[in-house]
Amino acid sequence: MSAKNSLNLLAAFALFVLLGVAGYAALFIAPDEKTMHEIQRIFYFHMPSFITSFVAFFICFLANIAYLARRAAKWDWLGVSAAEVGVAFCTVGLITGPIWAHPVWGVWWTWDARLTSTFVLWLLYVAYLLLRSVTPDAQKRATFSAVFGIFACLDVPFVYLSIRLFRTQHPQPVVFGGQGSGLNPTMKMVLWICWGALLLLMAVLMRQRYRLESLRHEFEELSREVENRAADREAAGARNRGGLAQ
Amino acid sequence: MTTLQAAAVVLGKELRAEWRSRELLNTTFVFALMVLVIFSYTFHFTSVESRRFGPGLLWIAILFGGSLMLHPSFGRELANDTLDALRMSPVEPFAILFGKTLANLVFLFLVEIILLPVFAVLYNVSLVPVLGRLTFVLVCGTLGLVVTGTVFSAVAAQARMRELLLPLLLFPILTPVLIACVECTVGLLGDPPELPRSWAEILIIFDVVFLTASWLLSNQLMEE
Repeated sequence: MSAKNSLNLLAAFALFVLLGVAGYAALFIAPDEKTMHEIQRIFYFHMPSFITSFVAFFICFLANIAYLARRAAKWDWLGVSAAEVGVAFCTVGLITGPIWAHPVWGVWWTWDARLTSTFVLWLLYVAYLLLRSVTPDAQKRATFSAVFGIFACLDVPFVYLSIRLFRTQHPQPVVFGGQGSGLNPTMKMVLWICWGALLLLMAVLMRQRYRLESLRHEFEELSREVENRAADREAAGARNRGGLAQ
Repeated sequence: MTTLQAAAVVLGKELRAEWRSRELLNTTFVFALMVLVIFSYTFHFTSVESRRFGPGLLWIAILFGGSLMLHPSFGRELANDTLDALRMSPVEPFAILFGKTLANLVFLFLVEIILLPVFAVLYNVSLVPVLGRLTFVLVCGTLGLVVTGTVFSAVAAQARMRELLLPLLLFPILTPVLIACVECTVGLLGDPPELPRSWAEILIIFDVVFLTASWLLSNQLMEE
């Protein structure tokens, strides 16, 4: 077995264990919340999913800049891997949010600042993936999606600022907030474990997605070469037949 | 030729092409008008409500009309491969992009000038006392729309389903512009009318940031 494969296996095993520990910690170790009780435990996956998706989107932004600066295909592969994984985590956050909100706020969804801006963020990266899926030329796909990715990332501060000025109802940041905020130490520890697990999950998924993209690229190159060689052989065959006829 | 001169040449070419057909302005205006009318009969506004929702509807009409109008900006260069001719000309790539952006700004602003009086009549609002400040909001908002829209028109021109793709790329990016424009317009139509400073600032900063970004990325956008 190659070193690469054993590293993959090790990462997968570590992920398996860490996700199990995180799930157990969130359900059984974290103390009961005073007012929301059991439903609050979804928080240990809700918030880390969002933060993980922000990390992925930021990686996508860096990959976009690196692609435009260096023009190496690997940065394009990293960009699409990060965007896809980011959208997946953001979707998890957007789904766990309403599940939590319904019993607590009494509504599934409200157009509050943080919800709306995160939804817009999700739409931005879905648009990025859509743009990639409808641009047939590989080089143009890489360049234009990188340009769009940079525009999308530049837009994020404006989206957050404008929607925050517009309306807010979401609980103020409890975890990294100012005075009077803060989590119970056990809750905080569980939160860190869950985030660590999701971050590792993100890394493993992104790595596999990156590999898939590089294999696709390799496949395209090979099939092009096969076509070229077939065409060459045909041309040579035609030349030979022409020589024999003479 | 400096970049600005070259951009002026591209602007002249776009204006001439539009002057000959006048397709873009007519269709965009009628489309925006239809959006205003459709909203008015799908929501059953009372006259108080129409004042409240009016600014939002005006900007939705401008956004929808604009997103349709921006597609031909690069789309119509494809028919005769004229984009290659533009690319081969010995000018900065930004000059092409900037000329087209200015042309789109002129087109959309003209549509707005015709749309405003109709909006004022249909939604029963008086715009004359705040016309100066409203023009400022219209110019800043439209600039934000066309700067991002022209870049995405170049991006979408290379894709399949390009007519559908452009609004998909444009709408989420324009969220802050749309909110800021609506808030400014609401402030101007309020009693007493005032222009909310922080929203006007967001609009200006957005325009500056994205104009700079389109300048920095124009080489990559225009390359073969």
